Formats: sequence, C-alpha cells, structure tokens
Amino acid sequence: MFPTEPSLYTVKAVLILDNDGDRLYAKYYDDTYPTVKEQKAFEKNIFNKTHRTDSEIALLEGLTVVYKSNIDLFFYVIGSSHENELMLMAVLNCLFDSLSQMLRKNVERRALLENMEGLFLAVDEIVDGGVILESDPQQVVHRVALRGDDVPLTEQTVTQVLQSAKEQIKWSLLR
Amino acid sequence: MIKKFDKKDEESGSGSNPFQHLEKSAVLQEARIFNETPINPRRCLHILTKIIYLLNQGEHFGTTEATEAFFAMTRLFQSNDQTLRRMCYLTIKEMANISEDVIIVTSSLTKDMTGKEDVYRGPAIRALCRITDTTMLQAIERYMKQAIVDKVPSVSSSALVSSLHMVKMSYDVVKRWVNEAQEAASSDNIMVQYHALGLLYHLRKNDRLAVTKMLNKFTKSGLKSPFAYCMLIRIASKLLDETEGGHDSPLFDFIESCLRNKNEMVVYEAASAIVHMPNCTARELAPAVSVLQLFCSSPKAALRYAAVRTLNKVAMKHPSAVTACNLDLENLITDSNRSIATLAITTLLKTGSESSVDRLMKQISSFVSEISDEFKVVVVQAISALCQKYPRKHSVMMNFLSNMLRDDGGFEYKRAIVDCIISIIEENPESKETGLAHLCEFIEDCEHTVLATKILHLLGKEGPRTPQPSKYIRFIFNRVVLESEAVRAAAVSALAKFGAQNDDLLPSVLVLMQRCMMDSDDEVRDRATFYMNVLQQKQKALNAAYIFNGLSVSIPGLEKSLHQYTLEPSEKPFDMKTVPLATTPITEQKTEIAPVATSKLPEKLAPSRQDIYQEQLASIPEFQGLGPLFKSSEPVQLTEAETEYVVRCVKHTFARHMVFQFDCTNTLNDQLLQKVVVQMEPSEAYEVIHYIPAPSLPYSQPGSCYTLVRLPDDDPTAVSCTFSCTMKYLVRDCDPNTGEPDDDGYDDEYVLEDLEVTVADHIQKVLKPNFGAAWEEVGDEFEKEETFALASVRTLDEAVGNIISFLGMQPCERSDKVPENKNSHVLFLAGVFRGSHDVLVRARLALADGVTMQVTVRSSEETVVDVILASVG
Repeated sequence: MFPTEPSLYTVKAVLILDNDGDRLYAKYYDDTYPTVKEQKAFEKNIFNKTHRTDSEIALLEGLTVVYKSNIDLFFYVIGSSHENELMLMAVLNCLFDSLSQMLRKNVERRALLENMEGLFLAVDEIVDGGVILESDPQQVVHRVALRGDDVPLTEQTVTQVLQSAKEQIKWSLLR
Repeated sequence: MIKKFDKKDEESGSGSNPFQHLEKSAVLQEARIFNETPINPRRCLHILTKIIYLLNQGEHFGTTEATEAFFAMTRLFQSNDQTLRRMCYLTIKEMANISEDVIIVTSSLTKDMTGKEDVYRGPAIRALCRITDTTMLQAIERYMKQAIVDKVPSVSSSALVSSLHMVKMSYDVVKRWVNEAQEAASSDNIMVQYHALGLLYHLRKNDRLAVTKMLNKFTKSGLKSPFAYCMLIRIASKLLDETEGGHDSPLFDFIESCLRNKNEMVVYEAASAIVHMPNCTARELAPAVSVLQLFCSSPKAALRYAAVRTLNKVAMKHPSAVTACNLDLENLITDSNRSIATLAITTLLKTGSESSVDRLMKQISSFVSEISDEFKVVVVQAISALCQKYPRKHSVMMNFLSNMLRDDGGFEYKRAIVDCIISIIEENPESKETGLAHLCEFIEDCEHTVLATKILHLLGKEGPRTPQPSKYIRFIFNRVVLESEAVRAAAVSALAKFGAQNDDLLPSVLVLMQRCMMDSDDEVRDRATFYMNVLQQKQKALNAAYIFNGLSVSIPGLEKSLHQYTLEPSEKPFDMKTVPLATTPITEQKTEIAPVATSKLPEKLAPSRQDIYQEQLASIPEFQGLGPLFKSSEPVQLTEAETEYVVRCVKHTFARHMVFQFDCTNTLNDQLLQKVVVQMEPSEAYEVIHYIPAPSLPYSQPGSCYTLVRLPDDDPTAVSCTFSCTMKYLVRDCDPNTGEPDDDGYDDEYVLEDLEVTVADHIQKVLKPNFGAAWEEVGDEFEKEETFALASVRTLDEAVGNIISFLGMQPCERSDKVPENKNSHVLFLAGVFRGSHDVLVRARLALADGVTMQVTVRSSEETVVDVILASVG
C-alpha cells in the first residue's frame, strides 16, 4: 500500500496547554481522538512526555508532535507520522509568531487568556479543517486585524475597574 | 473541569483567568444581552469568547440551549464591529453541528462573502460552506466560482479550501469549478497556488491521464510555493508507484531535481519520497542520502529528527548506502533530543560494524529509561535486526534485552522485547537456554496475559527438548498457582507437553495435573482432565495427536460446521474431516514486529482468505454439495498486465471437484461484456461439468465467472492437468462517457493463457509443531523412499525453495532455513492431501556437484504416497 495519499489535510490537532498540563486551547481536526475523554488523556500523555525536555519534536502514540514552550505556555501541532515534519513546524512557528506579535511579545498564560478571541481568530486563519490556510505570521496578524485593546476608561464598567484594581492589589501583595 | 482548573489556579497564584468560575448556564444567561438595543460590541464579544472557550474545553451544549444562543447571536450581524463579526463566524462554525436551523444565517453570510470588506469575505466563505449542503451549494455556486478566482488571496484560498471540504459531500457540484481552480493555480500567491493544486488533484485523482497532464504542466512551469512543491512530489511518487514507472521516467527526474530546491521542506519531501520508493538502487538513493546527511547537522531539531528518521528507514534496506553518514550520526548520539539520539543509534546499529556494537549498546542503556515507548520499540527492532546480522553477538543482546524486560514499559514495548528474544532463540540454538531462563523470570512478574500465555506456549514447545527440562516445571507450575484463568490454562497445556515428551518427568507431571483438576475455572479443569487421561494411556500416537500437534482446522470454519451440525440433528457423530483446514498456520511464523507507527485500531481477527472464498462459493447453488472447500490457490494471471481484458484465476479444490474462479476486469470503456464464461479444454481425464457465467461486466468493475470440473475418480494419481482457456462473451458497444450500451451485441472470444493444475493444488499446508511425534503417529505402514538427483540446482537453499513451492507443503521445525556452510540438510514437510489424508515428507539433501535428494514419504493412504513420489520424479 502507498504510505500516504497525497492530500492537503496535514494537521490533526493544534493544542495549547498551561504549565499544569491543563487545556487552554485545543482543536482536533479529525477523528483520531473522537471523545473529550480520549483527547484529555492524549493531552496528559503529551504533556508528561514533553514538558521537561526542550526538544521541539517527538513521536507519540504513533503521531508526530512538534512543540514549543514559552514561559508558562506549551504549544503543540500534531500530524500523522508520515507527514513532513517541516510542514508541521511551519504551522507551529506561524502560530507562535502570530501570537507573539498580537500579544506584543508577551507570550504567557495571562496575556493569552486576556486575548482569547485573538487566539481563536488566529488559529482559524492558520488552519482550516486540517488544511494549512496560511503560514505567514504577517498575513495572519493582518487578517485577524484585532483592533487595539486600549479601551477608553469610560467604556469600562465599574465592576471591571474594580476587578482590575483588585487584581493589581493582589499582585503587589504577592510580590 | 473548569472549577478544578480554577482552584489550582488560585493555589499556585500563577495569574488570573478571566474565565474563572465560568458556568455554562450563567454564560447562556448573559447571552440575553445580545437582544439589547443598541448592541454593546465589547460586552457581546466577551460573551461570545466565553461561549467558544466553553465549547473548546469540551463542555457539552444541549440542542435547545445551543439553538437559543445561536439565534440570539444572529442579531449581532447588525453591528459593524469587525472583531465581533469575526467571532460570529467562529461561533457559527463551532455550533454548526450542535444547533438546529443554522442555515438561517445563509443570507447574512452570502452578503458578507460578496461585500466590500475584504476582512469579512474569506471567513464568511468558510463559515458559509460549513453550514451548506449540496442543494444550497448550487444556489451559491456562482459566488463560489467568483471567489475562487478573486484577486484577494485570502478570499481565493478560503474558497478553494472550502471547496475541498465540500468535495466529499458534493463532488458533482465542485467538479464544475475545475476551470476556476485551474486559473487560481497560476496565481502569484503561494498559498492560493497550493490550495488550487490540492483541489485540482482531489477532483482528478481517479483519472490517471488527467493527473499525468497536470503533473507535466506544473513540473514544467515551476511553482513558487514550497507547500505546492511538496504536494506535487507526493502526487508524482504515487503515480510512479501505481504505474510502476521505471526510475528513468521524467517523474523521477522531477523528484530528483527537487533535491536541489532552495527550500528545506521541499528538499526533505523529495528525499523522503525517493527513500520510500520500492526497488530503489543504492545509486539512485545516493543523492537523497547526501542531502539527509547535510540535514543531520542542522541547528533545527525537527530537521535533524526528520533526516535521521528517514536515514533509519534507508538503513533497513540499504545499510551500505547510509555508511557514508556514520560520522554525522555519531555526533547525534549525544543530541539533547532523545528521539534523535535513539534514531541515530539504531541507525548506526544497522550500518556499523560488528566491533562497534558493544559501545553503542552501552550508550543506549545510559538513556533508555528516558525515551518514550515508541522509541524503545525502535531500539528493540534494531537489536532484533542486529541479532540476525551478527549471530555471535547474541549474548550481549540477550543481556541487554533481559535488562529492558525488567524495566517499566507498556504492552507494545514488552511484546517487542519478548518477540525479539523468541526470534533470537529460534535463530541461535545455543542461546535457547539463556533466553528461556530470561523469559521464565519475566513471567514470574508479568501483568500482560497475552505475553504470559505466549511464553508458556513457547516453554511447552522448547522446554522438553532442552537438556534439563525439569527446571522449567517450577516456573510453569507457579503460574498455575498464582495467575488468572487464561494463564493457568496455558500453563496446564505446557505441563502436559513436558509429561508427554519426558518419561522420567511423567509421574510428577501427573501429580501436578491431579491438582489442576481441582481448579476453580472450567477451562483449566477441562484441560487438566483431558491431558491427564491422554497421558495415562502412555501412547506415542495419542500424545502426538492430542498434545503436541493440535487442531489444524480453520476456526471460523469449525464454528460454522458445528453450528450447521446443531441445526440438523443426526445420528452420525460430528466428523472433524468435514471442517476446512486452516490456510495459514498461526504459530511459528516469523514474527514480524509491527512498524513504529502502529495504527491505533485494535487488531480484529480477520477471517482468512479461504474462509471468505468458502462463504462466496457456498452462496452459489450449483456448488452446493461439493463439501467443504479444501484449498484455494493464489491467483494466477492468465493475461498480460496491459491487455483489453484482465483475467486471473483462483483454483478452489474440493474433495472430488475443482472450481476455477475467473476474476475478469474489462478495461475498455466503450464496451459492456455480458454472459462471460471461460471455456476450458482439459488435457487429461478431467471433466467440465458446469459453467457459471458472469452476467455482465461493465468497464473497470471486476466480475467473476466460475467453471466446475470433476476430478477423475478412476485414476487417483492423475493430479496434474493443463487446461487451455478461452473467454467467451457477448459484446455491446457503449458510449464511453455515459456508459449507455447499444441495443445489439455480438459474440466474441479471447484466448487466455493455459492454466496448470499441479500436485500442490491437492495439498493443504499444515504445521506440525513437533514433526518427530507426527512422523511416529503416521507410522511406516505406507512408507516409501526414493533418491533423486537435482542436476540443475546449485545450492541447498535453492533446492529447499523449489521443493517447498513444488509440493505446496508446510516446512516444519524451521527446516526451510539452511544453516550456512553446510553440505547436507534435512527438510521436513507436512500437509494434508485432498480427502483428509495426512502426508509427511522427509527430504535429505546433500550437496555435491548438484544436489542429491533422498525423499521419504509417509501417509495414512498408499495412493497419496505414490502420487507424491510420482510427481517429484
């Protein structure tokens, strides 16, 4: 049998986990892991095997996993073991560089959680149903076209102001 | 889930999560503000983000609540906030399968897709295609065609990729967009080019000519996109594989030229394609290997990994081609990425010399515990290959394997080790005792039932023939005391084999058996009682038939026969001889270790080929009453590969008949064949009784017709016969495009190649795990012996191969492998002759100026012996 049918369907999943191995973002593009339970088990396995080593690529459960970590975030792109590893790498780099630009180089958990919509839109522009849609981070950032998040104070509700004040106090105490 | 997540969060204080305390019901409650006027984009955006976040966490949304939220969301299309609109598209896509009536947003999306805002158009197309079905797709066909050729790349790409997704569902509609896709393929944008190529290929992949044309066009004109190049390389290598095109073909030249591309992705894809081609010579591999060698020193881990993984593949078939990279691979042994280091070492193990083995093994043991199970399996495979190459090193390997066996590891890993040890034992008789000792130790503490039973079976087979069989008894009996039912039953069977083979152990075994007869499990008790009774008889023939050499029937066949028997109660006892024999002996086959990327699907016990044939033939009324199917041959080609009609024949042997199944394929798209039969003219006293035509044979759809032949009753020695075959049929010309046939047809015929029936068609392979016992069981009542000189044969290997394929019998006791540098060899063959007569052959071969062969045949039936000797002569 021929190993791989030529196809544009390259990416099986894109994952972002935090430094406890919990899911911040996960998008599966085929039925390799059909249920949430299997997905979480896979994520756990992946995290255990990769979070201590900084080695970029691994073979897990018969799948090629390329990954990258930054501060408290772990980015994963998963494809078949027959897939061109460099293609998967291109996706991972594009995702990371796009986020890095959008978050102004602050690629860490807190900044990401505050910009979840940006993350959702960026991944949507990079991979569509498993097909690589775009690999140039400039293009991705341009298409996501997130407007600046410096919202004038007047638009913030009182609770929001209170919330952020609380946060700041908490942080200053912790430090 | 969320709650747990937050708790941890507070404890660690690692920063706030704005999605803290998210409750699905609360979020859906909040979604009511979508209905407020004026719309507050910021708040709405935040709520949509929450909804998508929940969906992403795997939260389950019921249809009603999802539909409600979805309908509320549609109102947000009134806002012109860009990000909000984009989030609406995402919500639509995420909810497409959960909510009902998602199609109500069609018109809004169609408006955005054709509107002025470029930022909206691409995503709107993708969202729209997600909720569209075939009928609706036709309504937006015009817009899709325009979008594909749109000058804005994001729009064009979105349309192409969405079309690709739609191909599965609405092939016929998307097919009409080929011209637009063609135009897009010449776009300047690299992604558009890639997507267009992908779509074009998916639309044309069943039309080899069109694919060839497409390849020609793009390989000549050249592409900008590295992704598109990778795709082209894959298409080209698939086409090469299918057409079995030689390596002088322009397609191969194209792939080779890609090795000089300036993008690493393309270079690697080309190298990998060449490596994966079957029958590549070392010279053709050389350029691919040298680019991979360069990649080995790349600073990028992924590239090093890709290179060394591919080199590892090359080393499996062409170790010499990789020798040039040994130095680069040595440098990778200390790579911080353990996967790369493991692959480098295992590759070196394949290519390196015998002297480097010890050093490399030491290196691996230093980090074997750090690597994932997948790679541990790779290491074991490398060791297994190494043992075959350097049999003298088996003690080092055995030591290493036993250490690995003691470490933690999953089932796949342990199985690979056990398989490897077993294969070493089989290859090197002198390692048998150490190997068995390691396995004994392993089953003392083994959680995998499958492996424990497998090892017990092996102990039963090999243990009694070692110098000190008694030492294994303790290990086996420990299993009876400590393990689960399946393992206990296997242990009992193993014990019985010791008792049957070693007379001095028999009394102790009988005592142990007695204890097993009080087991709590039925199966264990039954086995113990059965073996106890057989052993007490102290008869060699009984031992051989019931303990050493078990049933050789096909299990699904047995099941069916027994079921049939219970449906039609009769006075007659059930006859084992009516059960078809198993085609491929399950045990003692060379254990093929599964490749690294094992598929995740559980292995199903597939019915054997013969069971499938049995089923098919039984459904044809003319073939009822022929009895069980005895043997089906491998298909024989009766035409050249590239002819108008392709015919191959499978010979099915029954007790007194043969059925010839002709699988015919019509490769002419302007013809419909009807009433196809293959007329057969036998050279001997074979009688054709029945032809069963294939009613109709349209273009490229294979069909089968059958011929039923009676074997000559009066002369049982007439086993070989030649048939001249002619295919006869009615031709109706038809329109190649629609397949609509003319009303009239005419008769025509087509001469096929002759078909041979040989002695092998009358013999079914049967494995006798203990040939000596079987030999004694059959006895020498009808023994005959004759000596032949095989003048044309030069080596013992060749002689052994010839005899096996000629007689179609199963080699036993691994006697099909001739040890190196020997001048004589004994080959043991076992089989069952048509009519359920066991037949055993012992061939003593001696090499001197040609091969001299002394053949001894034993069988339960005299004619069978004569038939075999006559046919060998």
